[in-house]
Amino acid sequence: MRRTAKGIAVLASATLALSVAACGGEDKAANEQPTVDPASLTAELTWWDTSDPKNEGPAFQELIAKFNQTYPNVKINYQSVPFGEAQNKFKTAAQAKSGAPDILRAEVAWVPEFASLGYLYALDGSELLADEADFLETPLASNKYDGKTYGVPQVTDSLALMYNKELLSQAGISEAPKTWAELKTASQAIKEKTDAEGVYVNPAGYFLLPFMYGEGGDLVDTANKKIVINSEQNAAGLAIAKDLIDSGAAVKPSANDSYGTMMTLFKEKKVAMIINGPWEVNNVQQAPDFGGLENLGVAPVPAGSAKAGGPVGGHNYVIWSGMPQEKVDAAVAFVKFMSSAESQAFLSEKLGLLPTRTSAYQLDAVKNNATVAAFQPVVEAGVGRPWIPEAGQFFGPLDQMATEVLIQNKDPKAALDTVADKYKAEVVPAYEK
Amino acid sequence: MTTVTADPAPSTPPGRSARPSRLRRSWDKHWYAWAMVLPVVIVLAVLIFYPLFRGIWLSFTSLTEANQAAEICTRSITGGEVCADNPNKWEFVGLDNYVRVLTGEVGDFWQWTGTTLIWTFVCVAFHFGLGLGLATMINRPMRFRSLYRVLLILPWAVPAFVSAFAWKFIFNERFGLANALLTAVGIDPVSWFSDRWTALLTAIVTNIWLGVPFMMVALLGGMQTIPGELYEAAEIDGASAWQRFKNITLPGLRPVSMTVVLLGTIWTFNMFPIIFLVTEGQPAGQSEILVTGAYRAAFEGIRNYSLASTYGVLILSILLVFSVFYRRALRKQGEVW
Repeated sequence: MRRTAKGIAVLASATLALSVAACGGEDKAANEQPTVDPASLTAELTWWDTSDPKNEGPAFQELIAKFNQTYPNVKINYQSVPFGEAQNKFKTAAQAKSGAPDILRAEVAWVPEFASLGYLYALDGSELLADEADFLETPLASNKYDGKTYGVPQVTDSLALMYNKELLSQAGISEAPKTWAELKTASQAIKEKTDAEGVYVNPAGYFLLPFMYGEGGDLVDTANKKIVINSEQNAAGLAIAKDLIDSGAAVKPSANDSYGTMMTLFKEKKVAMIINGPWEVNNVQQAPDFGGLENLGVAPVPAGSAKAGGPVGGHNYVIWSGMPQEKVDAAVAFVKFMSSAESQAFLSEKLGLLPTRTSAYQLDAVKNNATVAAFQPVVEAGVGRPWIPEAGQFFGPLDQMATEVLIQNKDPKAALDTVADKYKAEVVPAYEK
Repeated sequence: MTTVTADPAPSTPPGRSARPSRLRRSWDKHWYAWAMVLPVVIVLAVLIFYPLFRGIWLSFTSLTEANQAAEICTRSITGGEVCADNPNKWEFVGLDNYVRVLTGEVGDFWQWTGTTLIWTFVCVAFHFGLGLGLATMINRPMRFRSLYRVLLILPWAVPAFVSAFAWKFIFNERFGLANALLTAVGIDPVSWFSDRWTALLTAIVTNIWLGVPFMMVALLGGMQTIPGELYEAAEIDGASAWQRFKNITLPGLRPVSMTVVLLGTIWTFNMFPIIFLVTEGQPAGQSEILVTGAYRAAFEGIRNYSLASTYGVLILSILLVFSVFYRRALRKQGEVW
């Protein structure tokens, strides 16, 4: 009953707020005068940053300070919100029409969901999308819902093969493995010749996508509204991952806290290769024993029989639709500044994050950054995820499947069939199975 | 002497029955009490009955976060707002939610129920057993008694999520203390979270550690209400320690223990944080109990209020049935509760 009460309480407060808001009746006076003098723009904006407060936050605050040099009268309330909480927190606040931030750093999969609920401003026709063509296509695609664009890409990322150069050379491997078969041989060589283990495969849905994409599989076919998760290709991809673990080439993963275990082992040089994204570069670099960036190798994920590809992730700037219209100019100016090529180059230089603008990759700060250079082919090989409001719900069943197959030795095809059933019943009932 | 034949004075105004209604009399006599009760009634209605009945009603609808609005409005940054009718607005769906949950089309209701029953039974049994043992041990004069009491209550004072994380780390498969100890004595490390039963074991151990202090304190309190003369008399009659425990302590504790077992059962049944944080439902959702499973089903992704309510009503029904049987059992034993 306590649970019911909780759900109901949220709902009750939401309904109450909704009716109150409906009585309020907002004036929709559009002010479309062009911004001439940056100093004349006065507003106070709240920004929820979901980046890591220790590793990444300070760089974003530096950017805000730079923004205020041009726009001295736009005050930005910087609030660091833990990534894991931000999605629910934003939805609750947006639904209650109070307490949501004006601007949010939203993960790529959140944008279509928020947009479908009417929580975001459509940005079409604004300055923000004036140079739309400059943005990389796949990250920008995550902002589109129902023909409109609701966000601007901040950073992009994808999974890559990250490796410990020292351990690989100790094992006599000169080049990062390019296929899963090569990865297996390399792993076994590392295990034999060094004290470390070869590779850690994180048993989670997102981290198994490179195996599935490698064989040409996918989760759903959005164009034809079809669930394709239980394809033969996906089963073949999982079999490869399974074989890595069964043959002893990969570490036997744990079902709980496997991500943390993977990172600890990698940072302590107890495992030579992991599949992970650029967001961990700073973390690895700062690990006392690892040996810094010089020792960190980054290569595209190994290829399967069809191709090599990781899922595209990243973050976007979105503007809450409950923000009063008079703040629009300031918000646009802020997002425009934050997503400019110069700002992206600054973040690349500071944090090794990957820009989302083609023009940013031409700037020296980006061009000369070894991490970014290493990740660029990774991002180019990135595979767009299905950008639909339900996309966030794909990973619950997928994570279960990953544990079942990699840890509990369930047959890949049977496990995938269960996932397909769940997608049909709980996630995308309108899709064909 | 005169005979008085006067009409009896009408005691009630015309149009009313001769005697005031029971309600009226009660009101006249007890209006003060009613006035005192009113705030409580209002608070109960607002805080308990309204949400409860609203929850039950919601479980018969298809309400989710996405379909609750009659229309979805999209504001454009250039000004203007487009509102469109929500194509799949929520509606009354009768028993659909219950059918979908109970047939296993959504979630794993029966597996979760089974796990919940095992979890509740094992936890409460150990809580009660260990709590009783510890209470007996420190319910006698000894040195540092109050120190022991404080130490034994400590787990209770630690916030549940803190102990949950601590225990989760103890059972970490690579770096945890549990496996380090096993390795030290020459046993292979155990992959605790790879198997449903070992995963559940980690959560149960955590919860036992957390729950024993409450039982101990409650039972200790109960023990101290048992008159000492009973023990003296029994000793004079030559009863052994075990006989005294069995025939005086246990019966004397019954009123307390029945209540704490009922409370413990309900709490453990709905003990969300331990499963949620220690096992995270691993492996593959197999150590999920009803409340955590329902949470994941209803609050991950686009939040499903109707499904959440359905689970809530089902959990409430199970506990209601349990309480009814439990009370009946108590009444048979002559307990007034």
